[in-house]
Amino acid sequence: MSPAVSGKGPVRIFEVCCVAALLAVAVAIGLLRVPRQYRTDPPVSAALDAIRLMPSGIGGAPPEVYFALNQPYENTAYDMSQGKRLYSWFSCASCHGEGEGGAGPSFLDGWWLYGPSIVSIVASIRDGRPHGMPPFRDRMTIDEIWQLSGYVKSIGAYSAKTTAPGRNDDRQNRPAENRSPAALLFNEGPSPVHPEQGPSP
Amino acid sequence: MVTDADLDEAELERQLARTWTSKPGFWGAIASVDHKVVARRYIVTAFVFLILGGILALAMRLQLSQPEARFVDADRYNQIFTMHGSNMMFLFAVPVMEAMAVYLVPLMVGTRNIAFPRLNAFSYWLFLAGGLLLWISFALDTAPDIGWFAYVPLSGPEYGAGKRADIWAQMITFTEVSALAIAVEIVVTVFKQRAPGMSLDRIPLLVWSMLVMAFLVIMAMPAIMFASSTLIMDRLVGTHFYNPAEGGDALLWQHLFWFFGHPEVYIIFLPAVGMVSTILPTFVQRPVFGYLPLVMALIATGVLAFGLWVHHMFVVGLPRLGESFFTASSMSIAIPAGVQIFCWLATLWSGRPVFKTPLLFVIGFIITFVIGGLTGVMVASVPFDAQVHDTYFVVAHFHYVLIGGAVFPLIAAVYYWFPKMTGRMMSERLGQWAFWLIFISFHLTFFPMHILGLQGMPRRIYTYQPDLPWAGLNLFVSLSAIILSLGFLVFFIDAIRSWSFGRPAGDNPWNAPTLEWATSSPPPPYNFRSIPVVDDRNPLWSQPDALPVSSGLRTDRRELLITGVVEALPEARESSPQDSVWPFWAAIATSVMLIWSIFSPWAVVWGSIPIAIALIGWFWPKGEAEDES
Amino acid sequence: MRAPLILLPLPVLLSGCGGSQSALDAQGYSGALLRDLIVLIVVVCLVVWIGVMIMLAWSLTRRRDGQAGDSRGSEQRLGVWVSGAVAATVLIIGGLTILSFQTTRSLDRAGDPDLTIRVRAQQWWWQFVYEDADAGSFQTANEIHIPVGKEVRVRLESTDVIHSFWVPSLGGKQDLVPGRENLLTLRAERPGVYRGQCAEFCGLQHSHMAFFVIAEEEESYRQWAATQRQPGAQTGEAEASAGKAVFMARRCAACHTIRGTGATGTTGPDLTHVGSRRTIAAGLMDNTRGSLAAWIADPQTLKPGNNMPLVPLTGDELRQLSAYMESLK
Repeated sequence: MSPAVSGKGPVRIFEVCCVAALLAVAVAIGLLRVPRQYRTDPPVSAALDAIRLMPSGIGGAPPEVYFALNQPYENTAYDMSQGKRLYSWFSCASCHGEGEGGAGPSFLDGWWLYGPSIVSIVASIRDGRPHGMPPFRDRMTIDEIWQLSGYVKSIGAYSAKTTAPGRNDDRQNRPAENRSPAALLFNEGPSPVHPEQGPSP
Repeated sequence: MVTDADLDEAELERQLARTWTSKPGFWGAIASVDHKVVARRYIVTAFVFLILGGILALAMRLQLSQPEARFVDADRYNQIFTMHGSNMMFLFAVPVMEAMAVYLVPLMVGTRNIAFPRLNAFSYWLFLAGGLLLWISFALDTAPDIGWFAYVPLSGPEYGAGKRADIWAQMITFTEVSALAIAVEIVVTVFKQRAPGMSLDRIPLLVWSMLVMAFLVIMAMPAIMFASSTLIMDRLVGTHFYNPAEGGDALLWQHLFWFFGHPEVYIIFLPAVGMVSTILPTFVQRPVFGYLPLVMALIATGVLAFGLWVHHMFVVGLPRLGESFFTASSMSIAIPAGVQIFCWLATLWSGRPVFKTPLLFVIGFIITFVIGGLTGVMVASVPFDAQVHDTYFVVAHFHYVLIGGAVFPLIAAVYYWFPKMTGRMMSERLGQWAFWLIFISFHLTFFPMHILGLQGMPRRIYTYQPDLPWAGLNLFVSLSAIILSLGFLVFFIDAIRSWSFGRPAGDNPWNAPTLEWATSSPPPPYNFRSIPVVDDRNPLWSQPDALPVSSGLRTDRRELLITGVVEALPEARESSPQDSVWPFWAAIATSVMLIWSIFSPWAVVWGSIPIAIALIGWFWPKGEAEDES
Repeated sequence: MRAPLILLPLPVLLSGCGGSQSALDAQGYSGALLRDLIVLIVVVCLVVWIGVMIMLAWSLTRRRDGQAGDSRGSEQRLGVWVSGAVAATVLIIGGLTILSFQTTRSLDRAGDPDLTIRVRAQQWWWQFVYEDADAGSFQTANEIHIPVGKEVRVRLESTDVIHSFWVPSLGGKQDLVPGRENLLTLRAERPGVYRGQCAEFCGLQHSHMAFFVIAEEEESYRQWAATQRQPGAQTGEAEASAGKAVFMARRCAACHTIRGTGATGTTGPDLTHVGSRRTIAAGLMDNTRGSLAAWIADPQTLKPGNNMPLVPLTGDELRQLSAYMESLK
C-alpha cells in the first residue's frame, strides 16, 4: 500500500467531523430561526392598540404584547421597509419631506417634540397632534402605524440599525436610513426649530 | 542534494514519501497542500451540497404537486428556489468540476503537485465558508429570496429588506474568489508543468477542456464579482449603480450578470465534454476520433460563450437588431456542439463498446444532451423565446443541459476515476441500477416541463390555481422526482460503500491510455515515482509495458519539473511549497472580513489587517532559491 | 393562415375565472405566428434528434467484424461522414436563424394603434389605464377588454420591480422595467377570455399576479368602455349603501379610488367598477360576494404578504362592504 492510504484515515475522519459539525450547527441554528410575519392576528392588533400614554401625551409604555413579540417594529428589516413604503403611500413627505421637515417638523434635527420613544410616535400618527398633524387611525391599521413609527424612528436614529432600510430608487437628497442620516446631518450643525412648527412643548 | 537519478526504486519511494506526505493528525490535515487531498475534500463537500440542493428540489416538487398547496409558504418557497439555484450553480456544479480538475489535471499532465498549492488549500476553505454562510442563513430563515440571478431592483436596497440579498451577493464573492484561484492554478499547471514531451497536440482532452474552462472562469467571474460588490455597495452605502433616478440602470445588472452567467454554463459543461472525450475512448478501446476538431470545438465554444449573453434578455426590450445578432451567435454555438457529438458518434461507431456503467452514463449523456442542445437552439430564436422565456420550458431546457449535459458525465467520471481516487472499484450492479433509475426518471421528471412551459406555466411560482390545466403534469413530475432521487440515493450508497469495501482496483482497471493510470491507485502523495516522458497522445496504449521516465529532480525537498508551453521541453526545477496552516488562517480572516462587510463598510479597512497578517505568514521567505534552471 | 373571425358567443368559450393561457392555443395575430414558428422548429429539431439517435443506436449495435476497423481508409470514411453531418448542422442552424428573423420581421409590422392602454405593474397586481383624450380616460385593474381584430398598443411601465406582461394566447411576453417604457402590440383574432400572468419573478406573490384580456366585438367593447367611464354606481339597496359608508369610514378609502365618491386613494386598485370584473386580487378568486367578503376579511391569509392590510371589521360591516363592492358594476 502506498503512503497515501495511511494518510487517508485522519483526513476522512476530519471530513466526516466537518460535515457532522456543519449539520449540528445548522440544526441548532434552525431552532433559532425567526420566519417573517406577514399577518398580525386580530387579537394581537387589538393589543397593540392599547398603548398607555402619559397624560401629557409625551412618552408612555408600549403594551406587553409588543415586548412579547420581541419589539418587531424597531428591529425587523421587513417591518421597517414596509414602514418606508407606508411613508410614501400615505404622503408623509408632503409635510415632513424626506425627514428634513417642511410644513411639519423635521425628523433629523435631534428634536422630538413629543419625545423620541416609539410610543409617542405611534400616538402622534394614530391620534394626530396639534398644529396640523392629522390623525391616521381611520386611514391605517394599527400594525401599519407601528411599522411606520418604527421607520420614522430609524430616520432620526443617531446610530443606524443594521436592519434599517437602504436608499430608495429615487433621486437622493439625504443619506439612507441605514447610514444614520440624523447623525451625519446633525453633525453639520443642528438646524433650528422652525417657528412654524409651533411652540416647543 | 539528492536527486532521483541516484537512488534505487525502494529508496526513492521512501525518500519521496518522507518529503511529500502531509503530517498526520488534525493540524496536518488542515495544513495539507496535496492537490489530491484538497480535491477530495472539494468533491465530497460539493456532493454534500448536491444532496442538500436535491432535498430543496424535492421540497419544491412537494409544494407544486397540487394546485394551491400549502406545504411550503411563499416566502420559504422563494428562499428555496433561490437556494436551489445558487447552491447548485455556485456550490455544486462549478466547484465539483474544478475539483475534478484539481485532482486529475496534475496526474494527467504528469506532475507532482498543482501550481500554487497553498492557494489551492485557501480556495477550499474559502469555498467552504461561502457554503456555510449560505446554508446557515437558510437555517436562520434569512436566506436570499431573490432568485439565483438576483435581478435589481428586487434585490436592491428598496425592495430587498434585510440582509438576504447581501448574503447572496457575498456568497458569490466567496465562491468566485475560490473559483478564480483554481482557474489560475490550472492554467499554470497545464502550461508549465506538463511531462516532458507532452506538446500541445498531446494534451489529453480532459486537460484541454479544463484549460478552456479555467480561461472562461478568469474572464467571466470578474463581471459577477463587480456586479455583486456593487449591489452590496448600493444596499449598504447607498451608491447608485442600479438606480435609474440617479443615472444608474436596472438593466446594467442583467448585462453584467449574464456576461458571467452564460459562460458559467460552459464552465460547467466544457469539463463534462472533456470527461466524455476521455471516458469514451477507454470503453470502445480506440483513440478518440477527431482530436483536433474536438480541441477546436472546445476553444470555439469558449470564445462564443462570451458572445451570447443577451439571449437571456430577449424580452427586456432591447433593440431588434442587437437581438438578431445574439440569435445568430446563440444558434452558432450549436456548430461546435455538433462537431463534438458527431466525433463521439464516430468514435463509438468504429470502436468496440464495453457496456460498463461509465459508458452507459456517457450514452445517456448523448441522448439527453442532444435534446437539451436542440431546445437551446429553440430558445435562441427571439420570437420563440418570447413565448417560452421564464417558463417551465426553460426550466426543462437547462436541466437537460446541466443534468443531462454535465451531471451524467460527472457520474460517469466518478465511476471511472473512483478506482484511481480510492483504490477500489464501485459496484457494477448498483451502477447499472443507478443508471437506469436516474436516466429514465430524469426524462419522466423533466420532459413534461417542456409541455408545461408551452401551456403557459411561468417559472418561480410557488403555486398555481386549480382551474389551470397544469395540475396533472405537475403531480406526475413530482412523483417522477421521487424516483430520480432514489436513483441518486443508489449512486451515493454505492459510492460510500465502495469507498471502504469496494473490490481493490489495481493501477489501471479499465486499460485506459492516459497518464493518471500510470501510477498506483490511489496515487502516492508525490504522484509519480519518476516523471514520465510522453511521445504520444495515448501513452499507456503506445507503451503498455513501461513508460520512459526523466530524472534529476531532488528528493529531499518538494520539486517540480517546469517545461515549455508549446513543446513541453524541460526548462527548470522549481520548488513546490511545503504544507502550511496559513492558507487556513487567511481564509478565516478573509471570511470574517467579507461577512462583516455586509454590515459595515469599515470591515474592509479593519478586516484587512488580519488578512495581511495571515498573508505575511503565508509568504514568509524561506531563504532558499525558488527554482534552479 | 389567419382564421376568419368567427362569432362565438362568449359564455360558451369559458366559465369561471379560467381562461386560455397557452402558447399553443393561439388566438391572436402574433400568437398564431409564434405558434407556427414553434411547431416548425420543434418538428425540425425532432427530425434532427431522431437522426442522431438512429446513428447512435447503429454505432452501438452494429456487427463488428473480426478485425478492428482502425485502418486509414475507414478513418477517412468516418471523416467524410462527420464533415457531412457538421455541414448539415450548419445548414439547419442557418435555416432556423433565417426563419427566426423572418418571424421577427412579420411581428414588427408597424401600424397605427386603434387603442392605447398604459400598464403599470406593481407588486402584485396590474393597473391598466385606458388613455383616450376624446372620450376620457379610465382605470381598471387586472382585467382589460379589447376589441377583436384591432391593434392595441400596450405601454408597459413598472412602479417598483421588474415584471413581465405575458398573454400566451395573444403573443410573446415583454418585461416592464422601472425607469423605461416598453411597447407591445396585442391583436386578438377571436373573441375570448385570455389569461395572462406575470412572467418575471417579482417577489413574494409573483405566483398570484394574473390578469385577463377579454376580447370582444367592437360593439360590446364600446358599451363596456362607456360603462367604465361612468362614476361608481349609486345603488338604492340599503345594504350596499351601508357598505359605502363603511368603505369611507374604515380605512378603505385611504388606498382605493371609487370615482364619484370621496374615496381617492391611489395605493391600491381603482374599485370604481370592481363588481364588473371577473376576478379579484389579481386573478386569485372568482368575483362573488362570498369571495369578496373572504378577501376583505383576511387578505393576508389568502395572499400572504400582499399590501392590503387586515382591517378589523364586524360581521355586519363585512357583509355590507361586500354587498357594496358587488354592486359596483
